[in-house]
Amino acid sequence: MAFLSYLISGISLGSIYAIIALGYTMVYGIAKMLNFAHGDVIMVGGYMAYMATTEFGWSPLPSTLFAMAVCTLLGVLIEQFAYKPLRRAPSLAVLITAIGVSYFLQNAALLLWSANPKSFTSVVPFGTLRLFDGRLIISGTAMFTIIICIVIIVGLSAIVHRTKVGKAMRAVSEDRDAAQLMGVSVNRTISTTFAIGSALAAIAGVLLSSAYPILMPTSGAMPGIKAFTAAVFGGIGSIPGAFLGGILLGIIEILGKAYISTQLSDAIVFAVLIIILLVKPTGLLGRKVLVKV
Amino acid sequence: MRRLFQEKTTRNNTVTYLMVIAAYVLMQLLLSGGHISSALQGQLVPITAYIVMAVSLNLTVGVLGELSLGHAGFMSVGAFSGVIMSFLLESQIASPGLRLLLSMIIGAIVAGIFGFLIGIPVMRLQGDYLAIVTLAFGEIIKNVMNTIYIGLDAEGLKLSMSSSAALNLVEGGKTIINGPMGAVGIKKLSTFTAGFVLILITLFIVLNLINSRAGRAIMAVRDNKIAAESLGISVWRYRMMAFITSATLAGAAGALYALNYSTVIARKFDFNTSILVLVFVVLGGMGNIRGSIIAATILTVLPEVLRAFNDIRMLAYAVILILVMLARNNARLKRLFGQIKGIFTRQQAVVNIEEGGDSLD
Amino acid sequence: MILLTEKERTRMVPVPSHSIIPERDLEQRPILEVSRLGINFGGLVAVDDFNVIVGRSEISGLIGPNGAGKTTIFNLLTKVYEPTSGAILLDGQSTEKMNTVQINKAGIARTFQNIRLFPSLSVEDNIKIGLHNQFKYDMLTGILRLPRFFSAEKHAREKVRELLSIFNMEHMAKYKAGSLPYGAQRRLEFLRALATNPKLLLLDEPAAGMNPSETEDLMKHIQKIRDQFNIAIMLIEHDMRLVMGICEGIAVINYGRIIAKGTPEEIQANPEVIEAYLGKKKDERHADRQ
Ligand SMILES: Nc1ncnc2c1ncn2[C@@H]1O[C@H](COP(=O)(O)OP(=O)(O)O)[C@@H](O)[C@H]1O
Ligand SMILES: [Mg+2]
Repeated sequence: MAFLSYLISGISLGSIYAIIALGYTMVYGIAKMLNFAHGDVIMVGGYMAYMATTEFGWSPLPSTLFAMAVCTLLGVLIEQFAYKPLRRAPSLAVLITAIGVSYFLQNAALLLWSANPKSFTSVVPFGTLRLFDGRLIISGTAMFTIIICIVIIVGLSAIVHRTKVGKAMRAVSEDRDAAQLMGVSVNRTISTTFAIGSALAAIAGVLLSSAYPILMPTSGAMPGIKAFTAAVFGGIGSIPGAFLGGILLGIIEILGKAYISTQLSDAIVFAVLIIILLVKPTGLLGRKVLVKV
Repeated sequence: MRRLFQEKTTRNNTVTYLMVIAAYVLMQLLLSGGHISSALQGQLVPITAYIVMAVSLNLTVGVLGELSLGHAGFMSVGAFSGVIMSFLLESQIASPGLRLLLSMIIGAIVAGIFGFLIGIPVMRLQGDYLAIVTLAFGEIIKNVMNTIYIGLDAEGLKLSMSSSAALNLVEGGKTIINGPMGAVGIKKLSTFTAGFVLILITLFIVLNLINSRAGRAIMAVRDNKIAAESLGISVWRYRMMAFITSATLAGAAGALYALNYSTVIARKFDFNTSILVLVFVVLGGMGNIRGSIIAATILTVLPEVLRAFNDIRMLAYAVILILVMLARNNARLKRLFGQIKGIFTRQQAVVNIEEGGDSLD
Repeated sequence: MILLTEKERTRMVPVPSHSIIPERDLEQRPILEVSRLGINFGGLVAVDDFNVIVGRSEISGLIGPNGAGKTTIFNLLTKVYEPTSGAILLDGQSTEKMNTVQINKAGIARTFQNIRLFPSLSVEDNIKIGLHNQFKYDMLTGILRLPRFFSAEKHAREKVRELLSIFNMEHMAKYKAGSLPYGAQRRLEFLRALATNPKLLLLDEPAAGMNPSETEDLMKHIQKIRDQFNIAIMLIEHDMRLVMGICEGIAVINYGRIIAKGTPEEIQANPEVIEAYLGKKKDERHADRQ
């Protein structure tokens, strides 16, 4: 029973990683860049929801929508001003710029909200579930997070595979120049991708802050790194891969904490990642790159 | 004398050495004149350590062409093994300079061994997958160093993963590494001069390596792996060589850095530090060793200079970083810089011919 | 795969009734003996049942339409791709256990259809990299600048000059390889391969993108280099004037299979070759393949 409850909290944490990883993987797949500032957009999402609930006194749903709106705008603006001018630049230049954006967001947050942790009020609408005479306790946050994650992955798959925007995204991801020739607006598609990814980051920020209600300017950094790891784990660029990678990472982290060592849980997560990559050098669901000579 | 400067690379390297020596002499003069603020004095050893970090990372990122996001991990390994060595030598060797030297050598060797071990999975991967493994390595080191307790007493070195009490040190023993508190009670051994010497050694190794058979092989692997293999160059061997050399130098820098303080914590060498060093390398120019030195110096001093604007200094740092990256990759600005450069350098060793230039007969 | 005995080899390698190996090479062991070489990519059989014997100083040619599998054959010979079937003997030695690096050390060098220079390095360094296994010294010797470093570098520089002089390219030694005009890049890649001191040199479309006078020049050079270095050269080329002009034996590939082998005269007279080149309707071709 203990195992089951660990497993559920693992899946719940993994769901948050998965939502963040989706943002990483979509941007990577379509804009071919590692958006290191993605983790900090999560943090901004957290603060926005915090402001909305505690300062404006809004209820959870509008607060979350507000956070999503702000993050979407932020994501699009970042893309416009920092990344778009570097479309043809070496990927490392874009990476460093993304790091600059990450520093910027963290330090702006530091100025606006100070380093003192803010305690976040959970947005989760339902309470704890007790099963088997109270031997299995599932927190409302865990259930809510998992449900939201499933909704998102279904919704995102529908967008990518059923809509015109999704078709454009797949085309740009396959071959940017060819897509351009076929009349797809590459710039607009990349913007849309950033918008979606950032909206997801806001949701992740709200969920993360609900589960771990301490909010700081650096709150997004570690989940960002972990989610990036999850995306690579699953095969970067692959949406099902990000989902799978996120969930697995969450499970490994929680089980590692429970059964091996609380302090070494991060080391365990990263060690498993290295082992997985040794066996599958392009991640679990990543496409093998074919080099034609 | 003229002959010495004929080859462009030789001339270039000489300028780099001279620049470092001149900076050192100038600093010594300023120091003896009492013109250096104590805040900046405290930065001198860290600056030299970061220069070595940047130059060594440039070997991996610029010369070998592989992105590493865990260079601080090697610094960490070098720092802690160097600190342990300094404790072991404390009662054996009187000369602090010699103790520092031996500690740095141990730091370098241990980091080199870690470079080899992490190199095994790294060498099988490409691009971003390779980068993530170096990141993972850095995080593992940080995490493990945070949970380790090492003590030294009459019975020798003792290790525990739970607490310093569990070390069961006998009378007179002391804790060297105290879990999340890091290495404690370090005797400060590092000096600015030691840092300067380490920079010179690093330059000697890296510049000579680049301009030799092995260095060319490394760059061949960077430019085109398949072509390199078809010419009988083992990609694995030369990638590994560059990676281990880079890790070894970072280890020496780590020992130098740690032995400059009385305590050092593992979080000092985290992902942010790896990224910071990567920023030095990219801003200084990929494969441009002198650029790494200049970028490391300026960017380490910059936050100090910006201290006047205390609140917004890191924000300003971020904005400067973004603007510099945008400016450097702006085609129009690039052309402008090229023209300015063209005015000053009349003769260029590496000449670019436009496509479709003259034929050869 | 087992190492073939002399007898098995003769059984497996169908030496054509009229060998196309030049007479001067007949007495000596062939430089390359390939039998039943094949590879599939997923469902696609890119090369199938490829058999060939190459004389020690022969200039031979592989021709055939685009996508026929010619480059893939080079990739198999150099182990860039691992063959799914077949045996390769290089100078009598099986290459089954060798990788690309060992193949080069054993004596095969090549150029690439899509040029693969080290674009950010100088012309001189590109060739020096080709000399990697000719003038050796270890990493420490290089870092410490021991006497061996200076002597090896000096010899390497002299060799670079000598090689560059073949194409009158000495003045380009310091140019960045990536900035050379297209034709010069091809010639540099040729020299770089030659620098590894091969017994067999594979040239993948060496005249591609060259004008007729450049091609003419290249033909002379290929022959000159063969004579001077006494090596075998196998080339893939679409320029029929070049192929028919300098190749002594030619194999025509279509859909991954040899459809004809012979001297230039025989190939030119072969109706199947003419058909493959002039092309038939697509469905007819498919029918042929069954
Ligand atoms: N790495 C690969 N993976 C899949 N198919 C390949 C690969 N390399 C070559 N092919 C296929 O094999 C066939 C032969 O290609 P190639 O040898 O390049 O032809 P060519 O005769 O023009 O040199 C082509 O259909 C090509 O698409
Ligand atoms: Mg071809």
